[in-house]
Amino acid sequence: MSEVRTLIVDDSSVMRKIVERSLRQAGLDPLVVYEAGNGAEGLDMLKAKQVDLILSDINMPSMDGLEFLRQIKAQNLAPGVPVVMITTESSEEHVKQAILAGARGYIRKPFTAEQVKERVLSLLHAA
Amino acid sequence: MAVSLRESVQLVSDPRNLDASVEEVFQLMLGVDCRRDGVFVLDEQQSVTAVVGFGGLLSGACVFKSGSSAAMKIAAHMTGMEFSEIDDTVKDGIGELCNMLAGAWKGKVPNLAANCGLSVPAVITGRDYHLHVQAPEFKLNHTYRFDDASFEVTIICDGLQ
Repeated sequence: MSEVRTLIVDDSSVMRKIVERSLRQAGLDPLVVYEAGNGAEGLDMLKAKQVDLILSDINMPSMDGLEFLRQIKAQNLAPGVPVVMITTESSEEHVKQAILAGARGYIRKPFTAEQVKERVLSLLHAA
Repeated sequence: MAVSLRESVQLVSDPRNLDASVEEVFQLMLGVDCRRDGVFVLDEQQSVTAVVGFGGLLSGACVFKSGSSAAMKIAAHMTGMEFSEIDDTVKDGIGELCNMLAGAWKGKVPNLAANCGLSVPAVITGRDYHLHVQAPEFKLNHTYRFDDASFEVTIICDGLQ
């Protein structure tokens, strides 16, 4: 597999590390990881870096994950790059809002590395 | 038709939902088993408390509390790192743990999951403090044990529509 450049957006640095570890356990290698603490920082990162995959939380201060998704689309950032939401919000309505905003996948916290692998690898192979 | 949780209060306040949520989060994110235990006794000087608020059809909070050594063990399991003090990473980890506990608990009742949001976590460290809530609608307060460490999780509901 060629290098996978991934942006992880979550206000918890611990969760960003857990997600990175799950991606490495999924076999994504070599893996380049960029991190952001909220949606606004995520947008800044996308203006500066090319990525192949975006994983984002929903509940974050400053700019939440759904607004981050809408802004990615509105500003035509990272066209074609799959976005997967990783979040504690588990209702059908939240999933629907995320998909409508442009998410291609949804992982509920708590999660296993296997769930991350399954969701991410299928999207990367399709891209 | 407007959604109401008032008639589902027995379901919402079912203590088994809290136990299942705690076990699930600890098993999936920390890789450890934990079980309900007796009364929580804080035998350390310093404690760590995380609070995640609920808003919407249910208002209240999920509160996680432990001594400093349990908090460091939890953060170690989450990150694979070792800790000798309650630093920012430990606080971040405990806040995120509380976030997942709150989300897992509210996800147990479909109407609650769809009509109740979570705040970002707040983490408090210190000594000799108590969290007081006026006249809750209901309160679940459980103690759990893992790896010779214990902690308590409290769900407080101060309003239910």
